[in-house]
Amino acid sequence: MTLMDELPIQSGDDVVRVRQRVRVVAADSGLSLVDQTKLVTAASELARNALVYGGGGTARIEVVTSAAGRAGVRVGFSDDGPGIADVDLALTDGWTTGGGLGLGLSGARRLVDEFELTSKLGHGTSVVVIKWSR
Amino acid sequence: MERVPILKLGRTLFVSIQIDLQDDSVMRLQEDLADELAATAATGVIIDITAVEIVDSFIGRMLTMIGSISRLFDAETVLVGMRPAVAITLTELGLSLRGVRTALNAEKGMKLLSGRAR
Repeated sequence: MTLMDELPIQSGDDVVRVRQRVRVVAADSGLSLVDQTKLVTAASELARNALVYGGGGTARIEVVTSAAGRAGVRVGFSDDGPGIADVDLALTDGWTTGGGLGLGLSGARRLVDEFELTSKLGHGTSVVVIKWSR
Repeated sequence: MERVPILKLGRTLFVSIQIDLQDDSVMRLQEDLADELAATAATGVIIDITAVEIVDSFIGRMLTMIGSISRLFDAETVLVGMRPAVAITLTELGLSLRGVRTALNAEKGMKLLSGRAR
């Protein structure tokens, strides 16, 4: 198994492929079924965001080890879209510019153990999440 | 894009989702179901998600909307077969699927609907 996978996010089919790949890596890394499902769901939200709001991007899936020796899966999403003007607002439940429920970003954060969002107006957005095995 | 087939069993429309859902497929299902409801005067819709590994906020919203649309056609929607890991994840995500009835499996879902059959 390769330690790092990079997948394009340019279509709805790509979003499905990212989900499937994250599922395989999460299962191989020993995440429980519930934790796999949470990570895949978070990945689905973030991949869709990269596609819909970022105009497409890339997902990087990596197996990582914590300082305490626990295995985990890190998934990074990046796009070259318009960026997010107010990150705190974007992470609020119910806030949306897309006509959805506004749970994608805030919900994804709740489903993972680590969540880091960086965004620069006019230069795109990057979100990195990690789920550790228990 | 793959399409989800809709089966008609008496006055019930039965949908079993067996593919990895992408957004376009769910939207298409919503439109196909509305067409079928109008054409068949069905009184119930069963959506079987036994094979569905994740329900994210978009898919969840579409399922809720299918419930609302069915009601406008005087039909009730029952979501059946949700996996435990999906239920836990949906709840943590903050989705309650309000307005959609659920049942443990297709058989119980059919029973729920038969209560209102005419």
